[in-house]
Parts: sequence; structure tokens; C-alpha cells
Amino acid sequence: MEAFIHQVTSGLATGGIYASVALALVMIYQATHHINFAQGEMATFATYIGWALIQAGLPYWVAFALTVAIGFIGGAAVQRIFLKPVEKAPVLTNVIVFIGLLVIFNSMSGWIFDHTIKPFPSPFPTEGFLVTKYLGGHEIGSMLVTLVVLVAIYAFFRFTPLGLAMRAAAQNPDSAALVGIRVSWMLALGWGLAAAIGGIAGMMIAPVVFLDPNMMSGILLYGFAGALLGGIDNPWGAVIGGFVVGVLENLLGAYVIGTELKLSVALVLIVTILTIMPNGVFGKKVVTRV
Amino acid sequence: MKTPLLEVQNLNAWYGSTQALFGVSFTLNEGEITTILGANGAGKTTTLRSMCQTVRTSGSIKFAGAAIDGRSTDDIVRRGIAHVPDGRGTFTALSVEENLRLGAYVRKDKQAVEEDIERMYQTFPRLKERFRQQAGTLSGGEQQMLAISRALMLRPKLLLLDEPSFGLAPLIVLEIFQILRRINETEKVSMLLVEQNASLALDLATHAYLLETGTVVMSGPADEISKDEGVRKAYLGY
Repeated sequence: MEAFIHQVTSGLATGGIYASVALALVMIYQATHHINFAQGEMATFATYIGWALIQAGLPYWVAFALTVAIGFIGGAAVQRIFLKPVEKAPVLTNVIVFIGLLVIFNSMSGWIFDHTIKPFPSPFPTEGFLVTKYLGGHEIGSMLVTLVVLVAIYAFFRFTPLGLAMRAAAQNPDSAALVGIRVSWMLALGWGLAAAIGGIAGMMIAPVVFLDPNMMSGILLYGFAGALLGGIDNPWGAVIGGFVVGVLENLLGAYVIGTELKLSVALVLIVTILTIMPNGVFGKKVVTRV
Repeated sequence: MKTPLLEVQNLNAWYGSTQALFGVSFTLNEGEITTILGANGAGKTTTLRSMCQTVRTSGSIKFAGAAIDGRSTDDIVRRGIAHVPDGRGTFTALSVEENLRLGAYVRKDKQAVEEDIERMYQTFPRLKERFRQQAGTLSGGEQQMLAISRALMLRPKLLLLDEPSFGLAPLIVLEIFQILRRINETEKVSMLLVEQNASLALDLATHAYLLETGTVVMSGPADEISKDEGVRKAYLGY
């Protein structure tokens, strides 16, 4: 029983990371209606920047804030430079750009910071009143960070005029332009936010899995499964989906299929969801009249 | 002396390499309603789109004395031109109230925006009943009312209306045209109206232009145009 609880709680902890990756995917999806395959590699690169800042002697939280800021600016810049030229191109063109970005960021991480696996510090204490034998300090801390990010993002989209404008621009760019929204900048903003969230996810997972250029590739897959499970257009659903995938992955790995096949859990989930309920569990079914 | 709010000279417009407008010129005086009539494909919608620069154009468009051709759409909106596009352009997945708020996106006077939302609900009580409802679930007439009130939320100087009667029941059309007349009279909003329903449009408008295959073939006061034999036969059906 104790082992079971332990599997669940550590599943929740990694699920928190998947949740923030899923959230970043949903962000880009809400702003652009595309899935950014380079999300994971961009997050890894941001994490490397965080690592370099910490190595340079900055306090952790200063480095954290700087990384988030750099991630935001970098994400927006990527949209301006690489995606604006193909804004009106077919989806497939965009997908090719995403794959290109994936390769570019992956290679840059390896080229600038080399391929050796690096430890990454955790900002959270290893002992404290919340720490139990089931959940370590870093696991609790990263879950809290995920939840804070989620609430902030939700509030931003739900209650601010800018958040509303971003939703409008994603849904109906032509009409959005006619009410005076700078649609193209809304996309850049969406990319910036997603890259910033990706950076946070990267810095939360790095202490657990260690930092290397391919750190996020598997995690992105789980995040994607989580986002689909919850509904690709629903930030709350994506986060819940992320946690569910984390627990499911751990339990199936421990009791059913063994750790070697864990990654296939994500793939099976993705295919199953897409065939049985493409909107996900919490996805909104948009009603339209013709 | 009437002052022109909108002056269009020698306007050409293209979709890709296909030219849709050929040297269109017209003016719209402050506080007046001008209508553009014509058959399908004559270039009515394109003329409206040219005002917001959502199509490629050449020629001169002057709004309130300033050239707006070549400006970005959001800049033109900020100058006070609101567009009710064809197909209504509703944000179908957002709520009615969110649609209205988006109409006032470029405005900074928050207090007045709240008052205007209330005013829209008074003008269109049916929208108030449905203010939290997803806009895509509204009926066609309600969506048209939403599209007009969203445009009015800008407090525009000029309202561009693209076929507000399209696909609506005759009674709803009458209601909407009555409201448009009232808004023009009480709030002095100038309007550029594109309509298939020529008799309705000529009844509401002060001036009319007739488009055929991308060029203006006739223009004048609305009541004179409606007396013209050719127009009567071709567009009014009697």
C-alpha cells in the first residue's frame, strides 16, 4: 500500500511538470490554433539559460525571473522572425517551421552548452512541514509553482482586456482586426507567454531528470497527451490532464507494463483520445450556426 | 455647407491579381447615410473592405480630412470607422458581453464603455437576456443586432454596414433598419450601407451610388435614384 501511495504522489509531482508543458501547448493553441512541436526544445534552451545564469553566480530566484523574461522575449522574437512570414501559409508550412525550430533549438543547446548531462539546483528545501515520506520538497514546490502559473494564466485570459483580445484574435482574426486588435502582435504575445511557461516547466523538471539537450522530448509527449486528454482549448483541462497522465504513467509503469514501455503510455493515450473523443474530457464543444 | 467625412477618389482594389474595383469615386457627408447598390459581384463588399484596408487598393481615401489609404486596419479603427462585415463577423465562441467589450477594445474611457454596454442592452433588449450566452448560439437576427451593437461600441464617426438584412426575416429587417435610422438621427453616426434590398436602402439613405462590375454607373440623392426608370426595373422590381 505504501509503495502504491508513493507511486501516486510521485506521479502527481511529474504530472505537475506535464501540466505546465500542456498549459504552454494550450496557450499557443489558443493564440494560433497550432501545436508547437518545438515547445520542448525551446523550454530546454531556456532552462540552459537559467543554468548559465545560476553558474554566473546569480541567486536562484533572480535567475528564475530573468529566464522567464528572456523566454518571453525569445518566444515573441521567434514568432516575429520565423512565423510571421508564414502567417497566411497552410498549416503544413507552419508544421515544417516547427520541426525546423525543434532541430535548431536542440542543436543550439548542445552546441552552446555541450551534450554532457548537468545537475540543476532546486530552490526548494528538502525538509519542511509539508514534506512527507511520500512527497519531497522539490515535488511539492514544483506543484505549487505549476498551480500559481495556472491561476495567473487563467486570470489573464478571463479577466483582462488583453487576454480577451488574444482569444478573439485566435478565434476570428478578420473580425479581431476590424475592432482594432493588432492580430499579429497577439500571436507574438501568445508565443512569448508559452515560451515563458515552457521555461518555468524546464527549470522545475531539470532537478529531477537532469539537464541535457533532449531533456524535454519525452516530457513534451506526455504534456501533449495531457493537453489532449483535458481538451486542447481548455487550460484547466490541460492541467488536470497533465496530472492524470503523470499518475497513470507511474502506476502503469510500476504495476502493468514496466518502466521500459512507459513512453508508449503517452502515445497510446494520444491515439485513443484522438479517435474516441477529439475534444478531450473538458474540451468545449463550440456550437455554431450556419 | 456640408463637410465631407469620407472622400474616395479613383479607387481600385484587387484580390490577388484579380481587379474588383475600377476607379470608384464617391463622397459621404457628415451625419448622412450613403448607400451603395449593385448586383452580386458588383464590388459593394469590396468597397467597404477598401475603407478598412483589408484588401489591396490604390487611389485616395480621405477620412475626416486625413488620408487613410495604406494605413493599417487597427489604425483606421482607432480613427473611428466601425465595420459590420458580411457574415456579421461574430466571435461565435465568446459570450455576447465579451463581443460587446471587444467592440470597445481601442477605447480607453472604461466608465463610458460600461455605460455604453448598458445602452446597447436598452437598444437591443434581447441581447441583455442572453449576455452570458455563447454568441454562436444566437439566432441570425440576434447575431446581426450583436454585430451592429459591437460596431457601435467603438462610438464610431462612420459605420460601415455590409448587408444587414442578409438572411433575416422581414420583420427583423424592419426592426433593424428602424434602429439604424434612430441611431443616425440621435447620435449623428454617419453610415455607408451596402444592401441587396434596394428599396429599404434607398428609403433609409440620403445618397446612393450604383455599382456595376466595379465602377460607379450612377449617383445622386436617394429619392431621385429610386425614381429612375432603369433602377426601378433592375433593382426595385416594379
